[in-house]
Amino acid sequence: MTAAATLDGVTMRFRGHTALTDVTTEVQADTITGLLGRNGAGKTTLMQLLTGHRVPTTGDVRVLGQAPFENDAVLSRLCFIREGQRYPDVFRVCDALDAAARLYPGWDAELAEQLVGDFELPRRRQIKKLSRGMNSAVGIVLGLASRAPITLFDEPYLGLDAVARQLFYDRLLADYAEHPRTIVLSTHLIEEISDLLEHVLLIDRGRVLLDADAETLRSTALTVTGPAREVATFAAAHQLLTTESMAGQSRAVVRTRSATAHRDASVLGLAVDRTPLQQLVVGMSLAAHRDLTAPAADRTDLQGAPR
Amino acid sequence: MNEDAGPIFRQIAVQLEDAIVDGSLAEEGQAPSSNELAAFHRINPATAAKGLNQLVSDGVLYKRRGVGMFVATGAREQLLKRRRSEFADQYLTPLLAEAEKVGISVPEIAAMLRERGDRS
Repeated sequence: MTAAATLDGVTMRFRGHTALTDVTTEVQADTITGLLGRNGAGKTTLMQLLTGHRVPTTGDVRVLGQAPFENDAVLSRLCFIREGQRYPDVFRVCDALDAAARLYPGWDAELAEQLVGDFELPRRRQIKKLSRGMNSAVGIVLGLASRAPITLFDEPYLGLDAVARQLFYDRLLADYAEHPRTIVLSTHLIEEISDLLEHVLLIDRGRVLLDADAETLRSTALTVTGPAREVATFAAAHQLLTTESMAGQSRAVVRTRSATAHRDASVLGLAVDRTPLQQLVVGMSLAAHRDLTAPAADRTDLQGAPR
Repeated sequence: MNEDAGPIFRQIAVQLEDAIVDGSLAEEGQAPSSNELAAFHRINPATAAKGLNQLVSDGVLYKRRGVGMFVATGAREQLLKRRRSEFADQYLTPLLAEAEKVGISVPEIAAMLRERGDRS
């Protein structure tokens, strides 16, 4: 695996506000990476750094081995589709396609035509008169047809209905399979895309919470349910993310590196379920928040459990 | 895919094994490509490829360079053999655990099995 982009100790400060703190990570080449996190976590800032729209306060950003800021060698190989992308007022859909054809060396006009048809975009209408969903669809067409070696989509689905989102995921997968390239996708609709991702980067208040390949994540997150005491015993041996109790029964979401965790839980008589990526992300975000705001003793209702 | 059924690449492998066991994917027949599997199941192609590669390393599939993956001769028998050997662990262990929980004895289970077996 080679890295298409790296961030090394990157901190991004705006006036009185730190958007990213000491972020070190790599985006692997030819993978689909999901950039996840709550609103204001720093996802867009991270994408702006990768695409040379911003320069980090401290730290080093490398894309295709070089600093991206004002670097045409890098920027010509990038395509960044922003949330609520704006276009010149007079631009019709066809004008945006023409501009993109000139801008992106890898532009595939045939694919663009096909996608315009798929999303039923009116070619001659001004983009500013399109609905929000149609505006998003224009971005998706540009992002996919650009065939850029690194393509970043920042919440590309705003206003898109379920059918159009599914169309996006299907076309993304099909084209990625034929033309492997580096895709970074930020989204809140984690469940919808979790099976598409090869890698997950979760950030929370500007810090990396999780940076792992998606299959590993699935196998390291467990949800156990059973008598409160046994759940507490099990959770104490692993990284507890969330727990809920009712009438002597508890459910806990844990992360574990232990290969025998599944069996250990069964031995305690606990029901074990896989944890959907969305649950894991919610659990980790909540746990991170709890660690910041609450004293250790109040962190969990699993009192009496050895920790 | 199904969140409860283990890693996705395992599920891909198991589904292909099922198809080989029930004969819908014949020996020396061509297996679906990782891209076909990815599109059909809406999963990452790398995950699909991982499932296929597991079957290759198990000797169930083999690669023909530039053509694709094919079911090995003898794969069905090999899978049947493995599944028979896993049968006790997969089905009897949970059966006995539940029986003990609700107070059903082993002779009673045996009687139930005989009755069901006669009926079917």
